[in-house]
Amino acid sequence: MSMSQRMKTPGFIGLLVATVIFFLFTRSLAGTFGFIVIFGIPYFAMSELPPYATIQEKVGKYAFLSLCTLIFIFLILPILVIIPLSFNAEPYFTFTEGMMALDPNAYSVRWYADIVRFGMTAPDAVEGWWSDMWNNATWVRAMRNSFFYALLSTLLATGFGTLAALGLSRPEMPFRSAITSLLISPMIVPLVITATGMFFFYSQKNTFPFFPDGLVNRDIGIILAHATLGVPFVIITVTATLTGFDRSLIRASQGLGASGWTTFVKVIMPLIIPGMISGALFAFITSLDEVVAVIFLADVDQRTIPRQMFSGLREQISPTILAVATILVLMSIALLTAVELLRRRSERLRGLSPG
Amino acid sequence: MKLTKLLASTAVGVAIAFGSVAAQAAGDLTVVSWGGAYTKSQVEAYHKPYIAKTGVNIKSEDYNGGIAEIKAQVEAGNVTWDIVDVELSDAIRACDEGLLETIDHSTLPAGADGTPATEDFIQGTLYDCAVANIVWTTIYAYDKEKITGDAPKTMADFFDLAKFPGKRGLRKGAKVNLEFALIADGVPAQEVYGVLATPEGVDRAFAKLDTIKSEVVWWEAGAQPPQMLADGEVAMTTAYNGRIFNAVAGEDKPFEIVWDGHVWDLDLWVIPKGAKNKEAALDFLKFSTETEQLAKQASYISYGPARKSSAPLVGKYHNKDIDMGPQMPTDPANLTNAVQNNFEFWADNADQLNERFNAWLAK
Amino acid sequence: MTDATLSAPPQVTSTTPLIAADGVPLKQKLARTTRRMKMRALFLTLPLVLFLIVSFVLPIGQMLYRSVHNPTGSNVMPNFAVQIENWDGQGLPSDDIIETFVKDMAAARKNREVGKTIGNLATRVNYEIPGSRSLFTKTARRADKITEGPYMAALIEIDKKWDNPNLWLTLQRVTKDFTISFYLAATDRKFDEAGSIVRADELYRIYLPILWKTIWLSALITALCFIIAYPVSYLLSTLPLRTSNLLMILVLLPFWTSLLVRTSAWIAMLQTEGIINNVFVYLGFIDDNQRIQMIYNMTGTVIAMVHILLPFMILPLFSVMKTIPPSYMRAARSMGASGTYSFRKVYFPQTVPGIAAGTLLVFILAIGYYITPALVGGNDGLLISNLIADHIKKTLNWSLGAALGTILLVVVLIFYWLYNKLVGVDNLKFG
Repeated sequence: MSMSQRMKTPGFIGLLVATVIFFLFTRSLAGTFGFIVIFGIPYFAMSELPPYATIQEKVGKYAFLSLCTLIFIFLILPILVIIPLSFNAEPYFTFTEGMMALDPNAYSVRWYADIVRFGMTAPDAVEGWWSDMWNNATWVRAMRNSFFYALLSTLLATGFGTLAALGLSRPEMPFRSAITSLLISPMIVPLVITATGMFFFYSQKNTFPFFPDGLVNRDIGIILAHATLGVPFVIITVTATLTGFDRSLIRASQGLGASGWTTFVKVIMPLIIPGMISGALFAFITSLDEVVAVIFLADVDQRTIPRQMFSGLREQISPTILAVATILVLMSIALLTAVELLRRRSERLRGLSPG
Repeated sequence: MKLTKLLASTAVGVAIAFGSVAAQAAGDLTVVSWGGAYTKSQVEAYHKPYIAKTGVNIKSEDYNGGIAEIKAQVEAGNVTWDIVDVELSDAIRACDEGLLETIDHSTLPAGADGTPATEDFIQGTLYDCAVANIVWTTIYAYDKEKITGDAPKTMADFFDLAKFPGKRGLRKGAKVNLEFALIADGVPAQEVYGVLATPEGVDRAFAKLDTIKSEVVWWEAGAQPPQMLADGEVAMTTAYNGRIFNAVAGEDKPFEIVWDGHVWDLDLWVIPKGAKNKEAALDFLKFSTETEQLAKQASYISYGPARKSSAPLVGKYHNKDIDMGPQMPTDPANLTNAVQNNFEFWADNADQLNERFNAWLAK
Repeated sequence: MTDATLSAPPQVTSTTPLIAADGVPLKQKLARTTRRMKMRALFLTLPLVLFLIVSFVLPIGQMLYRSVHNPTGSNVMPNFAVQIENWDGQGLPSDDIIETFVKDMAAARKNREVGKTIGNLATRVNYEIPGSRSLFTKTARRADKITEGPYMAALIEIDKKWDNPNLWLTLQRVTKDFTISFYLAATDRKFDEAGSIVRADELYRIYLPILWKTIWLSALITALCFIIAYPVSYLLSTLPLRTSNLLMILVLLPFWTSLLVRTSAWIAMLQTEGIINNVFVYLGFIDDNQRIQMIYNMTGTVIAMVHILLPFMILPLFSVMKTIPPSYMRAARSMGASGTYSFRKVYFPQTVPGIAAGTLLVFILAIGYYITPALVGGNDGLLISNLIADHIKKTLNWSLGAALGTILLVVVLIFYWLYNKLVGVDNLKFG
C-alpha cells in the first residue's frame, strides 16, 4: 500500500479524528505531538496483514505496536531528555518555562564551563590557566583518572581474556564448564561483595611485591579490580567470534606448512580481532562506568567520573552532572557504533550474514 | 596484528599522559573538612593566612564525616589526609582505636591575652588526640515566605503536622533525631540523655518520630538542607546552624532559625596516625586554633570559637552589617533549652540505635 | 566441529595393538597427544585463571574467612584470652584470671597500635552487649592504678557491672578467634544472657526482612522486565533485518550508557519537580500541590532498575526468538488453531530457553544492585547491598558486613548454578 492509499483508509481517518479530539480536550501542542508519536508510529509501521485477518487481529496488532512504541520511548527518552536539560540556564534538573517557550536566554552552556572550572584555584586567571585546569579542576582530574584506569585495565583484561578464550574454544579443553563459570563470575557476583573482598584483601600489608603497604588507595588496586570486572566481557565476545570458527582452516594452514605461530598470526588473529576489539570496548566501558570498586578502594586522589557523579547526585545535585552525562552519552553512541560496525565486519568475515 | 599492536601502544601512551594525577599532590598539606560554606570559612580564616605565612600549599578536600576513610587509610598504611575536621564522638572513637596521633596540649600557643592554651580553651574542648576549633549545633529552620501565619517557636512545632503542614527534612541516622523527638515530646533538653538511656525513653522517641515519618525527607550531607528549603522540597528542616546562616547572610534566603531544643557539638582537628606531612599538619593545627584565626572564622560562618579569648574579637559578618554574636550556638540567649551532644552515650549506643533506626526506616 | 580423529577411540577389534611408525602403540600415542592438547588448551587459560585467583577468588575467600574470624579479643588481651578459655563459666572467674585481665587492660590502654587498643576491644564487646563500650574505656583508664588484689573487688568498685557472670561469659566468647556471632547478627539473632541463641527483639530485626525484600523486589523487577521485554523482542525478531537492526540501537544505547547517567536521568524524570510530574500537572491529571512522590522510595528503585536491566532481558529473548521459524505459527493457524492457542502451544514453549536465560540473569544482577538503590532508594528502596556497604564504609563493623556479604553470595551462587544448569554460561551473549 502506498502512502497516499494508506491515507484514505478508515484507520487513518480514525487516527486523525482521535488526534483532533485529543487536541481539543487538552489544548496542548506538545501533548498532541506525543499522542501522534505513540499512536501514529504504530499505524505507519503496520505491515500489510493477510486479507483473511479479522478486525480483532488488526486491532490486536495495532495495540501491540502501540505498546512497543511506548516501550521504546521508555527505553530511550530518559537518555535523550538529559541532553536539552544540560543546557538549562537555571540550577535545576527540570525544564523551566523559558526553556519550554524556546527562549534563548533560558539556555546556557554554563554547566559545561563548570566542568572545566570547578575546583580550579584561579578559574579567571589568564596565566597558567591550562595547567591549573589540567591539574586542579575536579572533573578534569576525574576524567584523567577514569581514562587512565580504563585503558590499563582494558589492556590487562583483553590480553588475559583473549588468551583464555582461545583455550576455552578449543574442542579438547578440559573442565570447560567449570572454568568458564569461574571466568564469568566477576560479572555475576554482586559488585559490593567483590569490592568488599578486594578491600580486605588489598589492604593487607607485606603481602604484595613492590607494595608493602597494600594496594588500597592506590592506582594499582583499582586497575586490578577493573581488569577483573572486564574479563567476563572479553571472554564472552571473543568466544562468540570463535564459535562457528571453521577449525579446518587451522589444519589447512598447517597442512600447507605454516608453523603454529604463523597460523595464529595469519589465520586466527584476523578472525578474532573484531571480537577482541569489541571485547576491549566492553571492558573499557565497564571500567569507565564502574563506581562500586572505586568507592571501596579509592581515595580522593583516585576519584573517577562516575564516582564524582555519585557523590554529586547524593549531595548537591547540579546540572553539571547532566552536562557530564551528555558528554558520556555521546561517547556511548560512538562506542556503540564502533561495536556494531565490528560485529558486522566479523559476521561478514565469517560468512554468517550476507554483506 | 599491526592493528592490535598499534591500539595497545596508543592505549599505553594515552594512559601515561592521563596518569601522574596522584604524583602532583605530594608535598601539599591535605586538609579535610565538611565542604560547602563551612570549608569556605576555614579557607578564608585558616588556609589563606597560613599559605601567606608559610608558603606551604594547602589542598582542601571534602568528606561527609565518620571515621571510615581515616581507618582505611591508617590500616592501609597510605595516609593521604594530613589533618581532618571531625565530630567529637568520632574523634573519641578514632583515638580509642589508635587511629590518631596524640597531641601535646602544652605545645598549643597561648591565647592573645597570654592565657595558657589549656586554660584558654573552653572546658571539654581539648582531648588526647583532638583539638576543638568550633562549637556548632543542629537546629531547625523554615522559610519565612512559605510559613506566613503563626511562626514555629518550639521543637514541638516541628513535629506538629496539623499546625504546620508540609514536608520535614531530617538527617538520616539516629543521632540528634532521637533527642529532638524527646524534646518535642516534652522532655527538658538537659534531661534528654537520662531518658534516652532507658528502653522506654527510646520507644518514646521512636513513637514521636512515627508521627511525622510519612512526611520526612532524609538528608545526609550538610549542604542539602538549605537547598531543600530553597527548592521548596520541605517546609522545615533540621540543619547545621552555620549552613542556614550562610544561606541567609550570603544568598539573602528568607530562612529563620528556631533555637529551641538544639543539640550542640564540637568540631575538632585530628591528625591521622602516620600522616605524610605530620609536622606541617601539627603546625597548621596550632596556627588555625590561635585566638585570631578562630575569631576570624566566626566572621564567615556562625560557629562559636573554642577559645575564650576569641569571643571578644567576634564582630560582624565579613561583608555585611550582621552582628555575629547572637548567631552563635553559644550565645546565652540561644542556650536556654539546649543540650550538648553526649558523645559517651552515642559511643555506647550508636550501633544498636542505628540498627533500630534502620529497621524503623525500612518499615 | 569436534575433531573426530582426536576424541573418538579408534575402532580396533583385533587383539594385537596397532603400532605407530615409531613403534609406540597407537592407542598410547593417541592418549599422549590428546593429553598434550588438553594441557595446551588449559595452559592458555592459566594466566587468566591465576590472575582471577589473586584479584578475585582470594579476596572473596578472605571475606568469608573474616565473617567467622575476629581476633580482636585475643589481640588486645593475649594473656587473658588464654586463661579465660578454660574457665568453667560458673559464677565469676577466679581472681587469678581477673588479675591477668586487669594487667592486660592496663597494657592495652598504653598500646597505640591499630587493632590492639582498648578501644578495639570495647567496640567488639559493644556488638555483643550494646551500651558496654564506655565500661571498658572507663575501666581501662584506671586499670594501672589497681596494683593488688582482690582484683574483682577493685573492678566492681570502678563499676558494679563487672559483678555480672554473663559479662564474663561474653568476654570468654569474644576472646575466641572464631565466632558465629556475626552470622547470628546477620540473621537477626543473638546470644541471650545465658549464652543460648535467640531471635533479636522485633524492633531491631532488619537484615532478614531486608534480604527478603531484596529477593522479592528482584523478582518483581524481573517480572516487569519480562512483561516489557517479551513483546519488544518478539517485534524485533519478526521485523526485516534492516529495521530490526535500527530498532536494536534503541535497546543497545541504554545498555552502553553509563549507569550513573541513566540514574541521573531518572532523577530528572521522576522527582517531584521533575518531568513526569510536570507533564501530569500540565495535562491536568494532578494538582500542582499533589505531585506524586515517585523517587527516593521503592517506586523509584523499581522503575530505574527495570530500565537499567531491561537490555539483559531483551537480548537473550531476542536471540532465541530470532531462531524460531515463522512458518511454525503459520502452520498452526492453517490447521485451525486460534491465534492465542497457537501462541500458547507452539510459539511460547520455544521461547522458554530465552526466558530462562533472561529472567535468571536479570534476577541475579538485580539482587546484588547497589548504586541505583543508594541514589534513588530513599528509605524503603534500600537493598541488602546497601546495608553491606554501610557496614564496610560507615559503621565499620567489617565482620558483620562480611557475614551479610557471604549470605548474599550464597543466594547469588545458587541462582548462578541454576543458570549454568538450565542455560549454560557459554550461551551468554551481548548483541
